[in-house]
Amino acid sequence: MARPQVDHGGVRAVHQPADGGRTDEGQTVAGKVIIDGPSLTRIVDRMAHQILEKTTGARDTVLLGIPTRGVPLARRLAERIRAFEKVTVPLGTLDITLYRDDLRLRGARAVGRTDLPAAGIDGTRVILVDDVLFSGRTIRAALNAIADLGRPRQVQLAVLVDRGHRELPIRADYVGKNLPTALTENVRVRLVETDGIDEVRIEAGQSPDGSGKGDR
Amino acid sequence: MKVKHLLSAADLSREDAIAVLDTAREMAAMAGREVKKLPTLRGRTVVNLFYEDSTRTRISFEAAAKRLSADVINFSAKGSSVSKGESLKDTALTLQAMGADAVVVRHPAAGAPHRLAGWVDGSVLNAGDGTHEHPTQALLDAYTIRSRHGRIEGLKVAIVGDVLHSRVARSNVHLLHTLGAHVTLVAPPTLLPVGVHAWPADVSYELDAVLPGVDVVMMLRVQRERMTDSFFPSEREYSRRYGLDLDRLRGLPSHAIVMHPGPMNRGVEISPEVADSARSTIVEQVANGVSVRMAVLYLLLGGAP
Repeated sequence: MARPQVDHGGVRAVHQPADGGRTDEGQTVAGKVIIDGPSLTRIVDRMAHQILEKTTGARDTVLLGIPTRGVPLARRLAERIRAFEKVTVPLGTLDITLYRDDLRLRGARAVGRTDLPAAGIDGTRVILVDDVLFSGRTIRAALNAIADLGRPRQVQLAVLVDRGHRELPIRADYVGKNLPTALTENVRVRLVETDGIDEVRIEAGQSPDGSGKGDR
Repeated sequence: MKVKHLLSAADLSREDAIAVLDTAREMAAMAGREVKKLPTLRGRTVVNLFYEDSTRTRISFEAAAKRLSADVINFSAKGSSVSKGESLKDTALTLQAMGADAVVVRHPAAGAPHRLAGWVDGSVLNAGDGTHEHPTQALLDAYTIRSRHGRIEGLKVAIVGDVLHSRVARSNVHLLHTLGAHVTLVAPPTLLPVGVHAWPADVSYELDAVLPGVDVVMMLRVQRERMTDSFFPSEREYSRRYGLDLDRLRGLPSHAIVMHPGPMNRGVEISPEVADSARSTIVEQVANGVSVRMAVLYLLLGGAP
């Protein structure tokens, strides 16, 4: 049995460099497995229950996954919610590339797809879904993107891993696991849909300026 | 994108071209949104430097830059110091001093954008240089073909008419070839440039022989303003042999589309009925132009300076 920690007090305010965390794809598999496949399934199950509980049955709720791995996570949450209470939650994808605040620092990236449910998001409760919450800058970008797309009644945030080191006043409503990390470490989430395996690893980073997966 | 400037469609690798088309598809999705504006190029300055008349291209670049939140400065040769004799280089240095992040240039002389690229620090986008190249037009044509046919690879494309004076034709031949289409140029011998046989395209003088096998027909405007000679006996005869009318439209395969870069000479290279038919993508091309130019501006300017 995994240890489904729900310790929401683990957010640390740490002074650290502005570009704290970069994604470097294509590294070799290394580091320590923090969450394995069965545990990840249980965590997603628990998050689905929490969403149902906190939103009283997930009515008028839309799940928006942030690419890349927020998208399959949102799909899994919707599946579990349907299995538990037979509620179909509309699903969408929110690409935030064009809203990033670091484009000038890092070069133009490929723009992903944004797909909203046909009924839109006006007046709904939007739950953003991402794999790792780190600096909070992705979520800042997502909030700006949402403001251009419609006017939801409420916006919430669900993340699989909260690794701390926030640079903005942002917190998650649903956290799969709080994972205290050093800035030099990388948190690497792999999902069957994108990577062929379900697991979360912590890897030692190469340099203090950090190449930590998750946020940007 | 690996390139800093967009000077020629021939400079684009297959990956770059596909990146533009993919990005343009996402940009197009934005046109249906409530707020048609992205913050991506906030604080960047785009200068439209137009030494030649243009409706579509200038407005399209302006709309694209504004939708990405860039500041746009429009400069047309008429009513500026160019009419007092200022050279391209001095104008370029002025723009440089004003901190232009990108210069969109249209010029009657082939190669002007290349020269400009050596004088300014920002990106230079060729919006048509003489009879040489018009790369964003080729990109939006490729985008239109891809959205209608679902692919470009393996398609048969006929480019018909005044190839000699057409920068659109040259850019399209290079880009479509890069993307794997098979291009045939159709024109009277007088309207084909010297050295056309070195282009990656077939050449034919007979429109009716080519039409039954094509997936795309691209009609070119007869550019009377560039014609210093008589290239064909009469407009009527040109139209009879190389114009697309309803009879020829019926001879096309049922899935084939009809394109024209605009502005059209209705009744010369294309008949009004064909231009307004459901097979024609002419209005679509204009709409796609904004999305494609947004994609190009984002890919050239979105990243590190």
